[in-house]
Amino acid sequence: MAKLTSSHISFQELEDIIELLGKVSGFNLVGYSKSSLKRRVQRVLDLERMDIVDLKNAIVNVEGFRTYLMNEITVNVTEMFRDPFYYAALRTDVFPYLETFPRLKFWSAGCSSGEEVYSLAIMLTEARLYNRSFIYGTDVNSHVLEVAKKAIYPLKNFKLYTENYNATGSFRSLSDYYTAMYDAAIIHADIRKNMLFSQHNLATDYVFNEFQFISCRNVLIYFDLELQNRIFHLFYESLSEFGFLCLGTKETLFNHEIMAKFKVINKKFNIYQKIK
Amino acid sequence: MEKANEVVLVGGSAGSYTLITDMMAALPETFSPAIIIVIHRNPRFTTKIEDTLSTRLQKEVVQAADKAAILKGGIYFAAPGYHLLVEPDKTFSLDISERIHFSRPSIDVLFETAADVFLDRCTAFLLSGANQDGTDGIRQLQRMGAKVIVQSPTEASISTMPKHAIEASERVDIYSNRQILSYFRNLK
Repeated sequence: MAKLTSSHISFQELEDIIELLGKVSGFNLVGYSKSSLKRRVQRVLDLERMDIVDLKNAIVNVEGFRTYLMNEITVNVTEMFRDPFYYAALRTDVFPYLETFPRLKFWSAGCSSGEEVYSLAIMLTEARLYNRSFIYGTDVNSHVLEVAKKAIYPLKNFKLYTENYNATGSFRSLSDYYTAMYDAAIIHADIRKNMLFSQHNLATDYVFNEFQFISCRNVLIYFDLELQNRIFHLFYESLSEFGFLCLGTKETLFNHEIMAKFKVINKKFNIYQKIK
Repeated sequence: MEKANEVVLVGGSAGSYTLITDMMAALPETFSPAIIIVIHRNPRFTTKIEDTLSTRLQKEVVQAADKAAILKGGIYFAAPGYHLLVEPDKTFSLDISERIHFSRPSIDVLFETAADVFLDRCTAFLLSGANQDGTDGIRQLQRMGAKVIVQSPTEASISTMPKHAIEASERVDIYSNRQILSYFRNLK
């Protein structure tokens, strides 16, 4: 089946693949941004040296291929304390409010390999909120969740993470929270303790708990406005009264009617609070 | 506002900043294509090229926003730290997938996705730069019948990027800075 050169996929062929996947599996890619998705599927064709016929065949007939395809299609680029000033904004604009709650539940939706979840846990620890907090990290991709659970990351990434962490204005050192060995670093147990990682598909799954805080950063850009709207309603239903919703720096509620039910807490970092 | 029927793409890296601002300053008051620009910038240092140009041109120059329509006569820059993609319904989308040629935004990503949507109603400029970004994008543009123009390597501050594109693909037009500015001055 292997070919010397892979073929270029067209938008029509992409639609065929989306339809086929919907028919033979629970994976629904209908609301994904088409150009980004097309590039991701093309990437799999190139990696596997497949053409479109091979791909369709594998989707229908090859055991485990659909899960592999979904894991490869989803984008899993993440880092600890990405956008440091967002974390600084949490400390000044959000945590003082959260202090008034006796129990705190957080949802990191689309958490990928967990770096954001651990970043949040460190911030909560420093704000003395972590002992009454519990964080749910979810992603559609089963493979990255296994990485998240292990909490072991390449040591070479920590130069950037340390720069990010320092830029948040924290008074401690990031190395207080991990132990390095050879070329890897593991996040300490006291940071890992109050969290759970599990699979959740924002495109098809429903409310599973009530939260005081939901962050979903750099996930919604992969979806069209209609699917974004579904997910914002899901978040709205999942938030407690006066709960917070945090999006990526290029993601906004302003294109959506549901904005009327939120108040802007920080415009630059797209932090919102449910008020109705 | 109406969506654009054609686009002018610009990809630049190290050494292209001044030329790009001059190109935008040369533009007439009205023109019908949308102009979409990727310039490699470090997301950790905020540059205000959009604001600077808006003031200088007395015209709105914006960062392309996720899901925003690509409008006639619009001037759009790719946001630092994100790839900029063109969608089939002539809107933008952003993506933070892996860097390409160490770059995000990558010129290849914009060129390839714009080529797939705007086909031969696409003109692309590749300018000075120190890496190989843009070359794959140019191939896809040519496959779709778009016109491709590369800055003359003798005039580019750093010639790696234009040279690489010229070596890798036939049928590119090589323009001097004067010709490039004249193209923008006469854009309709």
